[in-house]
Amino acid sequence: MTQVKMTVNGIPASGEVEGRTLLVHFLRDDLELTGTHVGCDTSQCGACVVHVNGNAVKACTMFAIEADGAEVDTIEGQAAPDGKLNTIQQAFQDHHGLQCGFCTPGMVMSAAALLKDNPKPSEAEVRHYLDGNICRCTGYHNIVKAIMAASGQEVSALAAE
Amino acid sequence: MYEFEIERPSSVADAVKALGQEDAQPLSGGQTLIPTLKARLAMPSVLVSLTGIKELQGVEMRDGALWIGGGTTHATVMHDAAESYPALAKLAARIGDPAVRNRGTIGGSLANNDPSACYPAAALASGATIETDRREIAADDYFQGMFTTALEEGEIVTGVRFPIPQAAHYEKFIQPASRFPLVAAYVAQFSDGVRVAITGASNEGVFRWTEAEAALSERFDADALDGLTLDGGNMIGDLHGSGAYRAHLCGVMTRRAVQAIA
Amino acid sequence: MPKDFEPSSGIGASSKRREDIRFLTGSGRYTDDINLRRQTHVFFLRSDVAHGRLSGVDTSAAADMPGVLKIFTGADFAEIGGMPCGWQITDKHGQPMQEPKHPVLAHEKVRHVGEPIAAVVAETLAQARDAAEAIVVDIDELPAVVNMKEAVKDDAPKVHDDLTSNLCYDWGFVEENKEAVNKAFDDAAHVTTLELVNNRLVANPMEPRVAIGEYDRSAGDYTLYTTSQNPHVIRLLMGAFVLGIPEHKLRVVAPDVGGGFGTKIFHYQEEAFCTFAAKAVGRPVKWTSSRSEAFMSDAHGRDHVTKIELALDAKNNFTALRTDTYANMGAYLSTFAPSVPTWLHGTLMAGNYKTPLIYVNVKAVFTNTVPVDAYRGAGRPEATYQLERLIDKAAHELKVDPIKLRRQNFVTEFPYATPVAVEYDTGDYNATMDKLEEIADHAGFEARRRESEAKGKLRGFGVNCYIEACGIAPSNLVGQLGARAGLYESATVRVNATGGLVVMTGSHSHGQGHETSFAQVVADMIGIDENMVEIVHGDTARTPMGMGTYGSRSLAVGGSAMVRATEKIIAKAKKIASHLLEASEGDIELKDGAFSVAGTDKSVAWGDVTLAAYVPHNYPLEEIEPGLEETAFYDPSNFTYPAGAYACEVELDPETGHVTVERFTAADDFGNVVNPMIVTGQVHGGLAQGIGQALLENCVYDEDGQLLSASYMDYAMPRASDLPFYDVDHSCQTPCTHNPLGVKGCGEAGAIGSPPAVVNAVLDAMRSGGKDIGHIDMPVSPARVWEAMHG
Repeated sequence: MTQVKMTVNGIPASGEVEGRTLLVHFLRDDLELTGTHVGCDTSQCGACVVHVNGNAVKACTMFAIEADGAEVDTIEGQAAPDGKLNTIQQAFQDHHGLQCGFCTPGMVMSAAALLKDNPKPSEAEVRHYLDGNICRCTGYHNIVKAIMAASGQEVSALAAE
Repeated sequence: MYEFEIERPSSVADAVKALGQEDAQPLSGGQTLIPTLKARLAMPSVLVSLTGIKELQGVEMRDGALWIGGGTTHATVMHDAAESYPALAKLAARIGDPAVRNRGTIGGSLANNDPSACYPAAALASGATIETDRREIAADDYFQGMFTTALEEGEIVTGVRFPIPQAAHYEKFIQPASRFPLVAAYVAQFSDGVRVAITGASNEGVFRWTEAEAALSERFDADALDGLTLDGGNMIGDLHGSGAYRAHLCGVMTRRAVQAIA
Repeated sequence: MPKDFEPSSGIGASSKRREDIRFLTGSGRYTDDINLRRQTHVFFLRSDVAHGRLSGVDTSAAADMPGVLKIFTGADFAEIGGMPCGWQITDKHGQPMQEPKHPVLAHEKVRHVGEPIAAVVAETLAQARDAAEAIVVDIDELPAVVNMKEAVKDDAPKVHDDLTSNLCYDWGFVEENKEAVNKAFDDAAHVTTLELVNNRLVANPMEPRVAIGEYDRSAGDYTLYTTSQNPHVIRLLMGAFVLGIPEHKLRVVAPDVGGGFGTKIFHYQEEAFCTFAAKAVGRPVKWTSSRSEAFMSDAHGRDHVTKIELALDAKNNFTALRTDTYANMGAYLSTFAPSVPTWLHGTLMAGNYKTPLIYVNVKAVFTNTVPVDAYRGAGRPEATYQLERLIDKAAHELKVDPIKLRRQNFVTEFPYATPVAVEYDTGDYNATMDKLEEIADHAGFEARRRESEAKGKLRGFGVNCYIEACGIAPSNLVGQLGARAGLYESATVRVNATGGLVVMTGSHSHGQGHETSFAQVVADMIGIDENMVEIVHGDTARTPMGMGTYGSRSLAVGGSAMVRATEKIIAKAKKIASHLLEASEGDIELKDGAFSVAGTDKSVAWGDVTLAAYVPHNYPLEEIEPGLEETAFYDPSNFTYPAGAYACEVELDPETGHVTVERFTAADDFGNVVNPMIVTGQVHGGLAQGIGQALLENCVYDEDGQLLSASYMDYAMPRASDLPFYDVDHSCQTPCTHNPLGVKGCGEAGAIGSPPAVVNAVLDAMRSGGKDIGHIDMPVSPARVWEAMHG
């Protein structure tokens, strides 16, 4: 077992892990941050996306030891301390960008990474950025719309509904 | 996953030493290796993480060629090679997905030599040189078939030197599930000739399409490829397409890459 | 009729979903988020061969491995009931279907890749998996049966030795019509014939299945936490038929569930195992499926091979329809598998058309593959696909406009009794088709085609109609059809002293937004704020016996139960109000959360009445009981019949065969709509699954029964970049006539209605490129298109 220390959502966290302990399992099992989900085992679905040192990564495809010393941000740290949703979260609610909610944490974390790099993405850019995030419920329509709305773009004319 | 230890050396020398242990295996970005470990298809006793080694990081011009450290992520190449070698940066920008690009590395991709990986096509078409902890290997000698390279046990890809072509383009047709190339063509136009590398198609892994190279070196125009075909017999056939279909796509992707340049 | 203005709350409002807050902040509580004290983990050792005789399972070495608590094999379940099937089909000779035993762990034989052979319970999952690798399994491999038509040949290897063949049933519907149908074909002016495959799919909810069994030794009570769409059904099936636990000693909890799409309806071995093992081990037992396990253990969907024929008279009226379908059951009968290709499929073969004579034959076949059962739409997508592809083909053979041919044959008078045993209550198929042509800009298509052609691409336009029977289902009817369950729904409305309400529903929400839309209905009925209504679901200890959520039934059936219970509440509250207001009960009116006496200014607030019910100082105790809590069970008198018309516009790259969906338009009639935002979202999701089936998804076995598409590396899940924005309309509304809300259900429509439009559009594009191939099977992959274009 190896001791790891990291900052998770701004709070110091530590624990004993095995070499094979994935970051996602450290977050879920040791820190009880169960908002980060596991939806596949081939690194494709993106339900586990978190930020490590500001970059979106798949927490199921990184060992906890590799995050030793890192700043980790998860879905649990996105809303304000008083519970107020951040802009992206609020846009997902406003535009019905989620149904069962299982892929949602990864979607929100990927969207946050996209808008940091590209504050006004086109529809095509949003869609391609989500290549590593699979949603089975929404057909993506309202996810794409929510992300574009969160970027401050007008979305009412994107498609007739 | 089976049980293993992870070591995180900070120099290539220490990494090489660590890899001397029995059943030790290098861990770069892990985007292919970790899913393999989850499926219990590999059983290392020690994983030697290369991500903390500074000398494996970087994208810079060295003697007229673009040097990329073996531990450099796709996302870094996408940003840092955008001016010096735009075709390569665009290739990096379309590997996997954003989260994969933030972890996956060029060295890991070249060491694995997946028959459907993107980077091998760039390295082969660019006539790159693979630098390791112990030698330099020309791309033409490096790729030796599906998942097979010239690397020896415990040898680490420390960097890749890309000669920069006058123009280049990578055209990819994705396999709809994995999003890896079903077939992709990398066309690089140099002053002394054209090199064409194909990935995704062949049972032998990445390869140079020499007939296309000769035709395009003669006349750099998509029409120069007219009548050239590849034999589907030795191409990968699976539920996403037959060998004949892949052979056909080789032509289409090469033609489109040429059109994108011309 | 549609409302001209969307209200800001209550029925018809696009209220934002309250459940979103927890999902968006990572505080949802899915089954895998639950960890119990002293919990153990199970790993299932699964068969890697499709068919074989199990001659030995040696667990002795594994039992001594670190952390191992107990290892189970099929022998441990020899005395336990097998997995039950919830529907018995009677074949065309009046005989019951062949129903094989379905053990919890494989016994004597393995019958598909992924079938569990042994289960290792250990302190950690890694230890359980390590030990499973040390189990020595001796299997004498047998030839696998994969192809359905091969499977029913006399010399085919048998999946089940104790059955007479691999034929589960040979169903004829309506058998009495067969001769008349055949005669109509003899007399036809034109016959169109089509053979097609409805590709096997894997449902793939993003949350893999999870089960945690717990046993309380002091009370003798069991609890199962599971990823289910219907916890009460699981409790009944598992308790009564598998483990012999009475319902009052068994609680089943399905907390937040990350999507179902049908595959989480069924009772699975892993649920029974974890419940059973919790007692045997004396500690909670948890199983979390990996995605790889899900591919080989979740029930699959579709997988039909069909020949269908349409007879038309000289004026292009449909005169008869005849189908011959092989339906894959897989190796065992999953919970509702036999009903899918029969009653959920044959009864829909009339579609939107007044075809007077129909005969449907279905042969259900056992193969060495994962069991197949309901997946979003369940039988109705298969029916729609056949019919709507066939009509398109007929139109092109007859050189008539496909939309015109459809319109000519539409059912236009309601109620309409089809020749396949169902009665459509309402509908207006011309209205949805009119709406479709308008919003799909059919008139502008040729200009868009020219734009595509200028880029070297082919463009195609395809339409289809659909009708579905949902709001499942009248219990007495389905009982006659072989269901071993009733299909009512329940609700308990508990009003608290200060006026807030809790609605406990037997429906289950796993993405549908019931916590929001159900609250809208009750709040609207009483005239109070939606936030005063809480919806509780997913726990047998907290909800009345209900049948759960599938078949687009939750609002139509569960919502109706809730309306009935709320009506009882209002009736009683009016009695209390009449006492408080000293007025006659008949003069009491409820509006905006207050009771008033008609024609006076006397009124009493909702909260005063509810307080009186629980603090009955001034209360008619001699006439009514204190308290305000009512339960209703609602059993529908008919199915509901949502219907619509869909259009797809594709662009096809003739060099690569790659097809992209450029536009997709849906015009649906769902009757009344409670929350338009949620309804639109349901259609979007269904469309993505239907387009996914048409272009991308394919579950493929090789001839040895090995699953080739066993992960997301080979099973193509639709991504955002594969799909367009959709144009969705549900302003055409003919309310259901037989449920109190006038609603029809919207969950499955998108998946039912979209595949034929996509394929019709692809074929149209190919025709415009000079290639008229008549048909192409799904998924319309680039390779298939290219081969068809160059074949």
